[in-house]
Amino acid sequence: MKTDSTVESFPQPEIGPEMKGADAVVEALVREGVEVVFAYPGGASREFHQALTRRTDKIRTILPRHEQGGVFAAEGYARATGRAGVCMATSGPGATNLISGIADAFMDSIPLVAITGQVFQKFIGKSAFQETDFFGMTLPIVKHSYLVLDPHDIPHVIKEAFLIAQSGRPGPVVIDIPKDVQQARFQPVFPATVELRRRKRPPLASDEELLPILDLIANARQPVLYVGGGIISAEAEEELFKFVELTDIPVATTLMGVGAFPETHKRSLKWFGMHGSVYGNWAVHHSDLLLTFGARFDDRITGDTEKFAPHATIVHVDIDPSEHNKNKKVDLPIVSEVKHALSRLNALIKSRNFKAPDFHAWHEKIAEWKRDYPFAYEKSEHIVPQEAIEVLSELTGGDAIITTGVGQHQMWTAQFYNFTKPRRYISSLGLGAMGFGYPAALGAKVAHPDKQVIDVDGDGSFLMNVQELATAKIEGIAAKAMILNNQHLGMVVQWEDRFYNSVRGHTILGDPKNIGGPDNLEGIYPDYLKIAEGFGVKARRVHKREELRDAIQEMLDHDGPYLLDVIVPYTEHVLPMIPGGRSVNEMIIK
Amino acid sequence: MSSSISQEADKPVQRHTISVLVENKFGVLARIAGMFSGRGFNIHSLNVAPTHDRKLSRITAVVRGDDATLDQINKQLLKLINVIEVVDFKTGEAVERELIVVKLKADSRTRSEIIQITDIFRAKIINVATDSVIIELTGDEGKTAAFLKLVEPFGILELSRTGKLAMRR
Repeated sequence: MKTDSTVESFPQPEIGPEMKGADAVVEALVREGVEVVFAYPGGASREFHQALTRRTDKIRTILPRHEQGGVFAAEGYARATGRAGVCMATSGPGATNLISGIADAFMDSIPLVAITGQVFQKFIGKSAFQETDFFGMTLPIVKHSYLVLDPHDIPHVIKEAFLIAQSGRPGPVVIDIPKDVQQARFQPVFPATVELRRRKRPPLASDEELLPILDLIANARQPVLYVGGGIISAEAEEELFKFVELTDIPVATTLMGVGAFPETHKRSLKWFGMHGSVYGNWAVHHSDLLLTFGARFDDRITGDTEKFAPHATIVHVDIDPSEHNKNKKVDLPIVSEVKHALSRLNALIKSRNFKAPDFHAWHEKIAEWKRDYPFAYEKSEHIVPQEAIEVLSELTGGDAIITTGVGQHQMWTAQFYNFTKPRRYISSLGLGAMGFGYPAALGAKVAHPDKQVIDVDGDGSFLMNVQELATAKIEGIAAKAMILNNQHLGMVVQWEDRFYNSVRGHTILGDPKNIGGPDNLEGIYPDYLKIAEGFGVKARRVHKREELRDAIQEMLDHDGPYLLDVIVPYTEHVLPMIPGGRSVNEMIIK
Repeated sequence: MSSSISQEADKPVQRHTISVLVENKFGVLARIAGMFSGRGFNIHSLNVAPTHDRKLSRITAVVRGDDATLDQINKQLLKLINVIEVVDFKTGEAVERELIVVKLKADSRTRSEIIQITDIFRAKIINVATDSVIIELTGDEGKTAAFLKLVEPFGILELSRTGKLAMRR
């Protein structure tokens, strides 16, 4: 289509040669710049895989050992890069195994394209073998979805799916394709661009809408910035940094926002919420102006919404207007892409010679809180999990990509690893899906082969997708796993200790008759060293403090997947802690 | 969209008529109905049909909620990719109509009185049997309610209604 030079400025669609529907899917993925897909084959998706074998020049296909591992890996890739992760599965059970990952991407606004095979159209609705209504099943957890009934729609649908997944507030898109559509031969037309019927261009706040923020700052004495994952998906970290330099307002992030602002900076309050920093929580609580950018007032942040930031005028800048006043009524909602809002604010500050007031007294108060109530733990004769993470942070210089499972280790990782860059703390935060860590690490490592990628995991979470060790080994993906092995479901145990008289409600992961631990190494169950050996993955167990540093260094130095089994006591609690639905005043510090 | 400093106020629960223009695509009704149930919104009535443009359908929904809920309903609808436009009609802004079809118990003693009421309301008898009649009536909420109240004593055997339709004046 290069013949007509007069219309060159208009991108022209490209008419491909005759091919099967499945080949058109793969060709469309190539045109979207997809470099890797995580795909597990089956009867209704075999055609995709046959087509993928014909385009190995462009697309690497990674075979996970469970579809859930595949979708979490695609998410890890997306979270590490900002580009849509792509996964594929067959109909029925293959598709349903993707659901946790799709829900996870929906909760955390992660761009994801999940392509599933469906039974022949003539079998749809007949309870055919491996048939499920995947379109219907995923409706509440997708940004958008398609059931493709005509092969000619394939190129357009795939292009539109990537546009939707990656633009505005990102999210997951499902494309369900019946087998006859995959097999149909036709001549695809690949559009150069697609437009949605109602254009969903990112909203950009006007200067008039933003100027009141400067007035509010001028009148504030104890302002705080509350920033979330929106900063990271908008890639607005530089604009945020500049805004803080210009205004000297302290920054507390959410867990989704970890790395949006360097935690080593003097204005960083690290992150706040249920297990966040004392000083971050107190600063937000005592703030008289709360400037919210790209966050959604999640219950783990606010606790009791009525008592959240009770003295503050709350400004909420977000790309998604439905987040305004959804959980917390705010004073000044502004619909805007946050990168634009922050960069305009920075420009306005300069052009108007705006000087923020002297927040010296406020900074002093915060410094005092930071000094008196840092994230802390008591050293023990054993390795405690917090210490292992601290050493990891030190040995990696805070620059590794860290993924996690869900539970205590997830919180400790955020507390004791110092993140200075975005896309370094990769975790299932809204959904809280155990088993996320290791497959997500695989996806992140595929995206960044030159970076250290370490899954800091719990023994419970790790076991949920332990089969992905095979993917790591066979695909040669050098993602590391550091398991903080306490033989228990630590976070639930902590709640049992605090609120249920330590009655263990099925929270022991080892053998209840002989519970393993640093003082009973024989009791440790299962034996991760043997598991790793079976998968052909190098592994080491460490239980002595004096060997911890060396063991972590060995893990980092190893050129290949590696499992470090760190034996820790189960008695540690994640503190501080604001019990669910309560307020900062009820924070448990010791 | 107001970005002025807002005030806390307890607003009572109201009924709103919302008109939603959607792309006539596979699953769009399921998407909208699912969003309502998934987010805990109440639908009082719902009407769906294609517009003059066959690529588009109009959904008219009567929903209940306070101001905050209605605000959320509007915004959550607009987030759906297939939704093109959402109009939340305030009282008096739109002409509102509903079609009801009602089967009443009717015998030789009551039939003439029923016909009288039907005439007064400019309704139409569309079927007569030995022991029943079927009546069609179009009107706004007040008219349909008044009619049903009047004919109730005869005995309503069946009632079908389209749900409200609305169009800006």
